[in-house]
Amino acid sequence: MSDTLSESAGQRDDAPATAVDAMIVARGLRKSFRQSSGASFEAVRGIDLEVRKGESFGFLGPNGAGKSSTMRMIAAVSPVTEGELRILGMDPAVDGPAIRGRLGVCPQEDNLDQELNVFDNLYIYGRYFGLPKQVVRDRVGELLEFAKLTEKAKSRVEELSGGMKRRLTIARSLVNRPDLLLLDEPTTGLDPQARHLLWDQLFRLKQAGVTLVLTTHYMDEAEQLCDRLVVMDKGVIVAEGAPLELIRAHSTREVAELRFGVGEHGDHAEALADLGERVEVLPDRLLVYTDDGEEVLAKTHERGLQPLATLVRRSSLEDVFLRLTGRTLVD
Amino acid sequence: MTTLASDTTQVQPLTAAAATRLLVLRNYVVYRDAWKLFLTGFLEPVFYLFSIGIGVGALVSGFEVGGKEVSYAAFVAPGMLAASAFNGALIDSTYNVFFKLKYVRLYDQMLATPLTTGDIARGEIAWGQLRGASYATMFLLVMLAMGLIDSWWALLALPAVLLIGFAFSAVCMAATTWMRNFQDFDKITLVQLPLFLFSATFFPIDTYSGPVRWIVECTPLYRGVVLCRELTTGTVSVASGVSVAYLLVMGVVGLLVVRRRLDALLLT
Repeated sequence: MSDTLSESAGQRDDAPATAVDAMIVARGLRKSFRQSSGASFEAVRGIDLEVRKGESFGFLGPNGAGKSSTMRMIAAVSPVTEGELRILGMDPAVDGPAIRGRLGVCPQEDNLDQELNVFDNLYIYGRYFGLPKQVVRDRVGELLEFAKLTEKAKSRVEELSGGMKRRLTIARSLVNRPDLLLLDEPTTGLDPQARHLLWDQLFRLKQAGVTLVLTTHYMDEAEQLCDRLVVMDKGVIVAEGAPLELIRAHSTREVAELRFGVGEHGDHAEALADLGERVEVLPDRLLVYTDDGEEVLAKTHERGLQPLATLVRRSSLEDVFLRLTGRTLVD
Repeated sequence: MTTLASDTTQVQPLTAAAATRLLVLRNYVVYRDAWKLFLTGFLEPVFYLFSIGIGVGALVSGFEVGGKEVSYAAFVAPGMLAASAFNGALIDSTYNVFFKLKYVRLYDQMLATPLTTGDIARGEIAWGQLRGASYATMFLLVMLAMGLIDSWWALLALPAVLLIGFAFSAVCMAATTWMRNFQDFDKITLVQLPLFLFSATFFPIDTYSGPVRWIVECTPLYRGVVLCRELTTGTVSVASGVSVAYLLVMGVVGLLVVRRRLDALLLT
């Protein structure tokens, strides 16, 4: 926090009201789509946000929350319906190509060039940025190392595993050494090992000072990677802050999870309501929000209730999400 | 680890010409190892030339083009020349463009870079045009080898086939942006075959009479066929200028439509 503040202290005359090193500024941003029925659907319904240089910023929310629509507007490929958006100080409606030249984009679905091999995927993509041939060639070598794909350089894309394709897509988004890297659900659909490898790579980028903006619906991913995040639901931002701040503000220190027999959760919720700050009823278990989970378990037993299974854990972003949107993330 | 730090100082703005060349480069790299695919498209009109121009031509006595006596083979050959540019342009600007647009989302990938929809339109149309022109150039060499060229005007057949490739590549790509699935391409075949057979390719236009003749004279491949014929037989006239203007306008309109359609489909 403190270094971003001191950096922004060096004001420029032409600087807008916001911080000089704001990578993204959105004010009252909206996005509507005309549906085939003729009706208009509003995916983003007025959001304000600011992402600073070197920051790692997350959009969290269920499917359909408006995360991807927001990301497409930031990527300068989706015209803003209403409101103001500045990317790297530029207007995407006017300076689309100049903005995109400085962005790295890793889309939700890999859109690798199926007709090119791994090396050419990176090489041709690099050339689209107007980079000189030799510069691109050198960078492709380095990126193949980074993505652990050097041995696959001559392979066709279809021969790669899901994790490899994802790594190639991320490597591709780095070919112009972007000032701002956009990652739309970077680890969705990957197995745990591939996810951890990817997290390590993203963490290295973060350490190298690259500004990251990512969407995810994995809470652990947001907690691991994001300095700051917004929770989106139905097109609006419902909370904003650092992961720990959000957990502190919207949840308790611990959560006691109690599993009872099928259909019993609703009844027991009332009996246990006074044990914690709040009780959440999920289809398969009860969540009791409290500062002392073990005490909740002890008192539950004192009252003669016998849960089939119990678990005491730290509060996580998942709980924040549940609190704010009233739903679990598995939509 | 230098790769990881932000540094976009080497990113250079692309001129329209440079961006077009990059798309052509991308397609060239794809076909570099698959050049045999080019051979079939080139051979088709050659087979027609041999079977109809020369085979059937043996049964036909001399022909008159623009007041000049030519053999039937020399009459059919420029028709096949125009048709080869037409066919070549069609393959890439229809099936291949559809595949890239709808299935592999290649243009979405390109739009994550400084490339614009205008660049994509120009680049893909130029590639289709070059593919058509490459078929036609090889065909022109076959004509030369077989003594079916009768004038130095034939040198201008090279820019002519580029023009034909441009016109069809642009219009076909524009039509492709409205296609919903591969079944829709039956409609392309429905247009392609009659154009190929009835654009004065195998018999002269005066076979038709009245409105039918006017209609044929207004179709694009006919303009391409007569233009090539006028050049390879050395019977250039004012009408050749009409064909050039027609094809040029057709290509430019197609290009503008493609660009607008890509905006509507991709920049949502």
